[in-house]
Amino acid sequence: MNSLLGLLIAAPLLGAAVLLLGGRFVDRVAPVLGSALAGLSFVLGAILFSNLLGKPASGRAIDSDLFTWMHVGTFKADAAFHLDQLSMTFVLLITGVGTLIHIYSIGYMAHDEKRRKFFGYLNLFLAAMLILVLADNYLLLYVGWEGVGLASYLLIGFWQHKPSAATAAKKAFLVNRVGDIGLAVAVFLMFTTFGTFTFQGILHPSVVSSAGQGKATALGLVLLLAACGKSAQVPLQSWLGDAMEGPTPVSALIHAATMVTAGVYLITRSSAIFNAAPTAQLAVVCVGAVTLLFGAIVGCAKDDIKKALAGSTMSQIGYMILAAGLGPIGYVFAIMHLVTHGFFKAGLFLGAGSIMHAREDEVDMRKYGGLWKKMPWTFATFGLGYLAIIGFPGLSGFFSKDKIIEAAFAKGGTEGWILGGAALLGAAITAYYMSRIMVMTFFGKPRYTTKAEGGTSPEAHESPAVMVAPMVVLAVGSVFAGGFFSLGSRFLHWLEPVTGHSEGHSPVSTGVLTAATIVLMLLGMGLAWFQYGMREVPAAAPRSIWPVRLARRDLGQDDFNHAVFVRGGTRFADGLAEFDAKGVDGAVRGVAGAVGGGSSRLRKLQNGYVRSYAFSMFGGAVLIVAATLFMRAV
Amino acid sequence: MNPVNYVYLAALLFTIGAAGVLIRRNAIVVFMCVELMLNACNLAFVTFARMHGGLDGQIVAFFTMVVAAAEVVVGLAIIVSVFRTRHSASVDDANLMKL
Repeated sequence: MNSLLGLLIAAPLLGAAVLLLGGRFVDRVAPVLGSALAGLSFVLGAILFSNLLGKPASGRAIDSDLFTWMHVGTFKADAAFHLDQLSMTFVLLITGVGTLIHIYSIGYMAHDEKRRKFFGYLNLFLAAMLILVLADNYLLLYVGWEGVGLASYLLIGFWQHKPSAATAAKKAFLVNRVGDIGLAVAVFLMFTTFGTFTFQGILHPSVVSSAGQGKATALGLVLLLAACGKSAQVPLQSWLGDAMEGPTPVSALIHAATMVTAGVYLITRSSAIFNAAPTAQLAVVCVGAVTLLFGAIVGCAKDDIKKALAGSTMSQIGYMILAAGLGPIGYVFAIMHLVTHGFFKAGLFLGAGSIMHAREDEVDMRKYGGLWKKMPWTFATFGLGYLAIIGFPGLSGFFSKDKIIEAAFAKGGTEGWILGGAALLGAAITAYYMSRIMVMTFFGKPRYTTKAEGGTSPEAHESPAVMVAPMVVLAVGSVFAGGFFSLGSRFLHWLEPVTGHSEGHSPVSTGVLTAATIVLMLLGMGLAWFQYGMREVPAAAPRSIWPVRLARRDLGQDDFNHAVFVRGGTRFADGLAEFDAKGVDGAVRGVAGAVGGGSSRLRKLQNGYVRSYAFSMFGGAVLIVAATLFMRAV
Repeated sequence: MNPVNYVYLAALLFTIGAAGVLIRRNAIVVFMCVELMLNACNLAFVTFARMHGGLDGQIVAFFTMVVAAAEVVVGLAIIVSVFRTRHSASVDDANLMKL
C-alpha cells in the first residue's frame, strides 16, 4: 500500500512531465493522456480508501517514507507522505473532481491550440495539490503549497495574449506570495521552536503547550496569514475575482478541488496549534466571518457570471474558515462543507463554462436570459448545484452549512451570537445572489438577438456529452453527498480520530435554527425573484445607489490596495531614492569634493621651483629646531 | 680666542648659504651655497669638538666632507646635463616635475 501512495502523486506528475516536455509529438494524445492519468490517480486513491476502511478506526493511516531530502547536522527533512482520514478526504476530492474537470476540458478546450500545455498544467496542479495534502511535514507541504501557486499562475494566465489574463495571473501570484511568507515564517518558527517539521513531532497538545502560549499564538497567526493568501480570505482576497480570466475549467479546479481549499486544510491540519492559541482562533473566526459576508455582498453586485460565482466561493470558503476557527466543534463541518462545496461549486462553474461555450464566451448575465429551454442539461445540473449551495432542504449544502451555523452559535456568549448571526445573514445573501444568477441566466426572455434574427449572438446550444457527463456526476454529488455524509454522522466518525470533535451547546435549538435558515433562504430567493424575475432586466447595469456601486468595485478592495500598498510603496521607494540621492550620495560626493578641493589647493605647493622646496625644508627644519628648543626650555 | 666666536662665524656662514640657496637662481651658485652651508656645519662640528674636548665632532666633519665630495660629483653631473638639454643653468627653468 505504501508504494501506491507514491504512485498516486507520480501519475499526474508524470502526466505533467510528458505533456510539458514532450513537445508536439504528444499533441494528439494530450487530452486523453492527461485525463487518464488523473483518473488513474483517482482509482489509486479509491483503492487506498478501501484499504483504510478495512483498518480499525484508530489506526487508519498509511505512511510512506520515500527518501531523505536534506540532512545537514541536526536539520533533517524527509520526503515522506502520510495518509490519514483528513488527507484521504482531500485526495478523493482532488482526484475525483479533478478528473471530472479534466474530462470536461476535453470538450471545452477542444479548439484551443495549446491544449497540450493546458492539460500538462492541470496535471501539475493536481500533483502539487496532492503533495500539499499528503506531506507528512510542513517543509514538504510548503513544496506543494508553492507548486499550487505556480500552477495557478500558469493556468490563470493561460491565455496570456490577453493583457488582462497576464495581469490577473501576476496579481494572483503576488498576492499569494504575501501568504506564502506567512507559511515560510511558520516553518522557520517551527524548526527553531520544536527542532522538527513533522506533523507527528509537532502536532501534539503536549508538544505545542510546551512551547508556550505566545509561540502558539504567533504560529497560529502566521499560519492564518498563509491560509488567507491561498484561500482568498480578507485581507488577501483580491486575486480571486481576477483569477476568472483563466479558462473556466481552471476556475472550477481552483475553486472546488484545489488551491482555495488549501488554507482550510492547513488550519484543520494544524488544529493542535490553534487549539492551544485562543487568540489565533479568534482571528481565524473573524477573518472567516468578515470574508463570508464580503464575498456574498460582492457576489450580489456582479453581472459577470464567473465573477459572481467567484464572490460566492470566497463567501463559502469564509464559512469553512469560520468553522475551522471554532475549534473541535467546527473542524469536521469545515471539511464536510469543503467536500460538498467541491461538488456544487465545480458543478456551477462547469455549468457557467457550458453557457459560455454556447454563447461564444459571453459572461455578462444581462445578455443571457431564457436559456433553460436551449440548454436543458446545463439548466438541470446548474439548478441542482444552485439548490445545493443555497441550502435547500435535503441537498448537500443544507446539511453542511446548517452544521456550521449551528457550530457558530455553539461557540457561546456574545461571540457565538455575532458569528452565528453573520453566518445566518450570509445564508440569506447566498440565497439572494445565487437566485439572481439563476433567474438572470435561465429565466425570463432572451436578452440577446441571434444571428438568425439579425443580431450578433450565436444560437445557444447544449454542450457535447463529454462536457455534460461530468456536470451530471457533480450534480448527483451536489444532491446526495451531504445527506450521505450526515446519515448516522458518518463523516463525523470518519474524521473524528484526526481532528477531534466536541459537541457544542447552541443557545438556540437546532429546530429553530433550521427553520430560521429556511425562512431566510426563502426571503433571499423571493427578493431576487421580485427584482429580476418579475421585472425586465435592463441590458446595461443601472447606475444604482452607492452601496451597489461599491460592491461592483469589489467593495473597494483594489482601491484600498492601490491607495495603501501601491501608493504607500511608491512613496516609500521614492523617499528611499531621495535619501539615497541626497543623503548617501551627498555624503560620498561631499567627502570626494572636500578631498578633491583640498588636494587641488595642496597641489599649488608643488610649483616646480627648487627654491620654494628648499624654503619648505628650511621652514620645517626651523620649526623642528624651535620646537626642540621650546621643549628643552619647558 | 674664545671658541664661541667660531660658532658665530659658522652661524653666519650657514645663514649666507641658506639665503643663497633660497634666493639665487643660478644652479652653480645655489650649489656653491649648499657647499657653504655644509662647511659652516663642519666648522660648527669642529668648534664644538674643541669646546667639549671630544673627538666625535672632528670625525663627523670628515664624514661630511666625504658626503659633500660625493654630492658635488652627482650634483655637478646633473647640472651639466640639465644645461646641455635646456641651455640654461637657472633652477627655475628645470620645472618639468610641476603638475
